[in-house]
Amino acid sequence: MAKKEFKRPDGRKPDELRPMQAKVGVVPNADGSALFSFGDTIAIAAVYGPKKMHPQHQQDPEKGTLRCNYSMLSFSVDDRIRPGPNRRSTEISKITEWALEPSLLIKRYPNMVIDVHINIIQANASTRCAGINAAAMALAHAGIPMKNIVSSVSIGKLDKSLVVDLDKDEEDWEEGEGSTDIPITMTPNGEITHIQLDGRITKEQLKEVIELARKSTKKVYEVQKKALKESVKL
Amino acid sequence: METTKITGKRIKEYLEKGKRFDGRKPEEFREISVETDVSNKAEGSARVKIGKTEVIVGVKLNVTEPYPDSPDKGNLMVTSELLPLSSGRFEYGPPRFPAIELGRLIDRAIRESKFIQLEKLCIKEGEKVWGVFIDIYSINDEGNLIDAAALGAVIALKTARLPKYDEKNEKIVYGELTDKKVPVSEEIPVVITTHKIGKGIIVDPTIEEEDVSEARITIGGSVEGSLFSIQKGNSKEITAEEMNKILDISEKTRKKVFSSIEKYLK
Repeated sequence: MAKKEFKRPDGRKPDELRPMQAKVGVVPNADGSALFSFGDTIAIAAVYGPKKMHPQHQQDPEKGTLRCNYSMLSFSVDDRIRPGPNRRSTEISKITEWALEPSLLIKRYPNMVIDVHINIIQANASTRCAGINAAAMALAHAGIPMKNIVSSVSIGKLDKSLVVDLDKDEEDWEEGEGSTDIPITMTPNGEITHIQLDGRITKEQLKEVIELARKSTKKVYEVQKKALKESVKL
Repeated sequence: METTKITGKRIKEYLEKGKRFDGRKPEEFREISVETDVSNKAEGSARVKIGKTEVIVGVKLNVTEPYPDSPDKGNLMVTSELLPLSSGRFEYGPPRFPAIELGRLIDRAIRESKFIQLEKLCIKEGEKVWGVFIDIYSINDEGNLIDAAALGAVIALKTARLPKYDEKNEKIVYGELTDKKVPVSEEIPVVITTHKIGKGIIVDPTIEEEDVSEARITIGGSVEGSLFSIQKGNSKEITAEEMNKILDISEKTRKKVFSSIEKYLK
């Protein structure tokens, strides 16, 4: 059966990410900071710490604590978001902690906390992925000892076709089988530290998605690595 | 974490030999029991027990304005409360992360599977639609509240009927249920949560097993073979091979769990 040529709304190739931008040191006050963008989606992250955990009863004598806070600025989307935490941002904050923690040597900081603040300045889908990428870079920039850096990307299934790095038009895709959104975070070795899925897919297709994510996160990784290297004067 | 390190170590040692504290095999589910219509004020309700774990799920309906982004569809809202009555670990106060996540996990499995035919719950486009509230309460937490809550939600929905709506006075006559059921589709979303602990992969964890879980994968899917929602939890990575294994285990478990509750879905 001849497959009809699938066209993405913005004309990208299926495995093409939006132009990425990565920069470290965007918040001079912080111990580490970074900006990461996928096209119009812009995230900034700042790291404060490791510092003594407050309140004291939350101290963990066995390992340090990674505390992430994801938040979208009120004007980052069409309909203003009420400032402050909501159920979605609470969940993404925790997901981000889980996505980042496997790469950190956090055992070295008992009773300490590493605060990571992530803000979405401008949103056009894939904000959690951009946030995780910025946060991973900010942690490296802060000099937190880590095994490697994680990279995140959203894989989408629009009708039957797999695409990389969904934008808002694609997220709202309604033709055929509609849109399935699968944000994934991986280490450079292809280990999964985060996966979510919303939509409809088969087991076999999901295996393809993971393979595609492995290739795509590598591209993100190169961008992150380059920005970090450029920030260091040799 | 309330399970001691030494217990955690023992759990892992046992799992390496394919054994668990309660004598189950790694891929063995505890017995599921279901009761419907547990609260007569709710439009639909169910009690689900998995071993000693117990949840109650109730469905309430109201007539309300649609959300601006779906003017021709009913509203769906899933919330959960982890009652202090159900475990010494839970306290009163605003919902913490586990309660928020539980609600969202169930919300996404139901929403993404399109189990509720929300387009049939529109009364007047842009003005009036039915709102479906699914509220989950833990009664006893002995592990795996997620899977129990999802079963409860689906069964409660399946039993739910619309209350009478007085068009003239724009008021719902609660207590007078009509014959009209909440429109649901044939394809049932079933949520299965798998945990990686040491070298073992298990389903249906006890509370101790949840405490020492290194990676948690929650998958909502149907026996027809579609997956609707996935979420990884906990802070250890998994390899692509492990993910594939988890997909297979969860598919098998989904079929088993479905067949044990099928009779309540008629």
